[in-house]
Amino acid sequence: MVSIKRRTFLKGTAATGAVVVAIGTGVLKPSNVLAAWPEDAFSQKTSAEALSKLFGTASITESGDIDLKTPDIAENGAVVPVSVSTTLANVQSISILVDKNPQPLACSCDLTGVVEGYVSTRIKMGETSNVIAVVKTAKGIFSTKRMVKVTIGGCGG
Amino acid sequence: MRKLLAIAAAVSFVVGPAVTAHADPAADQATFQNYFKQKFPNVKFADFSNGVYAIDADSRSQWQAIEEFPPYEAAIEDGERMLKTPFANGKSYADCLENGGIGIAHKYPYFDTTKNEVVTLPLAINECRKKNGEKALNLNRGDITSLLAYIAFSSRGKTTSVEIPNDAAKAAFESGKKYYYTRRGQLNMACAHCHVDNAGKRIRADLLSPSVGHTTHWPVFRGAWDELGTLHRRFAGCNEQVRAKASAPESTEYRNLEYFLTYMSNGLPMNGPAFRK
Amino acid sequence: MATGTIKIRAQLSGDSTEVKALFKHDMETGLRKDKTTGEKIPAHFIKEVTCEHNGHLVFTAKWNVSISKDPYLSFKFKGAAKGDTVKVSWVDNKGDTDSSTAQVA
Repeated sequence: MVSIKRRTFLKGTAATGAVVVAIGTGVLKPSNVLAAWPEDAFSQKTSAEALSKLFGTASITESGDIDLKTPDIAENGAVVPVSVSTTLANVQSISILVDKNPQPLACSCDLTGVVEGYVSTRIKMGETSNVIAVVKTAKGIFSTKRMVKVTIGGCGG
Repeated sequence: MRKLLAIAAAVSFVVGPAVTAHADPAADQATFQNYFKQKFPNVKFADFSNGVYAIDADSRSQWQAIEEFPPYEAAIEDGERMLKTPFANGKSYADCLENGGIGIAHKYPYFDTTKNEVVTLPLAINECRKKNGEKALNLNRGDITSLLAYIAFSSRGKTTSVEIPNDAAKAAFESGKKYYYTRRGQLNMACAHCHVDNAGKRIRADLLSPSVGHTTHWPVFRGAWDELGTLHRRFAGCNEQVRAKASAPESTEYRNLEYFLTYMSNGLPMNGPAFRK
Repeated sequence: MATGTIKIRAQLSGDSTEVKALFKHDMETGLRKDKTTGEKIPAHFIKEVTCEHNGHLVFTAKWNVSISKDPYLSFKFKGAAKGDTVKVSWVDNKGDTDSSTAQVA
């Protein structure tokens, strides 16, 4: 039995952001296989390009059903708490982008059917920027954004 | 009655409230706490232990998000292990510290009437170590902050209760008070200028915290340090920020300052360790 | 293989389990310069976090360098019972890995 150690990525459109891994014989353990890390999307320098690589040509609609919690003024640009919560049904993925970061796409989370439409994390922001949350459901791709100010200087160092 | 008035026309450098020259710490404490209660009428007194997070909602919610799973958790566990591990000679912290060091943070600093000096918790820890043949710990960072983190954590909710037992203690209190209101450094500012007169205002990107509540939550995991640090480490940082020469941790002036500040925060709940920007 | 880099809390509330995880990792962007040598500090960051419930994959987070140092992650899922096992694992760009488990409380 040969276990596959290299992963083969399908380049081009990946409209569902799906994981494509060449599986030969052997058992795949989720904890040590990288499910197609979207290198192309992560390396893009603009949000539009990152989203295009992540979701292909599918259109993204602004939605009021996504609650994006971010501070108005980040206390510390290196650690900005962000949470995304949505009432949209059948959420497949939640992604977060920082528009003005050198590589805007910060994370993309794949949710199985038992997972609720909620994710919380802490991100780095290089400067004042929009933070964008993108939610992919069975019905389409939706987004919302919030402006977060990042300042430096004072007593905090 | 001597008012410490520093007049700088363009800037709010009037150092209030009027704190008396006579040694009446209780009156000073009441004046001090009333000043902040009036300045921030919407803050519940106990919330002053949370510093700027008691007076600014946006930074409070960020702080709460961090405290949900704070970066000092591992240090609390390490500290418990260190506190309960015997020294090489078989004795332990329990032989020096009341209750083995557990739940006692609210009683520090205290004035040792035999040695005639202010004893802080880090000092007490190192004295215990030296007495038992162990090396003293660095007083700014590292292992001592883990020990302090566990002791602080075990003391959460207890009320700051510093006493001034005799005239020598009063003198130490007055010395700390004088330090607090004295201008220093190239920027020629006193602690009171930022933390009394301008508490709640912004200094560039930072909010100035009120002095009442300054001592309740140490050791602190400061984002700027990316690790836990002690109160005296912060005193040194503040000195440097007004371009004054910092003192060594546990120096007499810092211990007296801590004594003054903690007494002024009597009545507030202990809530260490804590995360701060 | 790294060890002890993940702290997990899994709290059941009604039929929803909230998983909170705190990781110890530099999450180095590769953009910072070493102050003494002037050389760029190479990127070193967690690329993927997976979470399993009783052995089944429920959640995958794909991360880039914009996730904070010593990262935090929280999500919620249904269908767990008290005592169930939640396992969180990560892989970074150097191929290093770690994983940790916790019981649903």
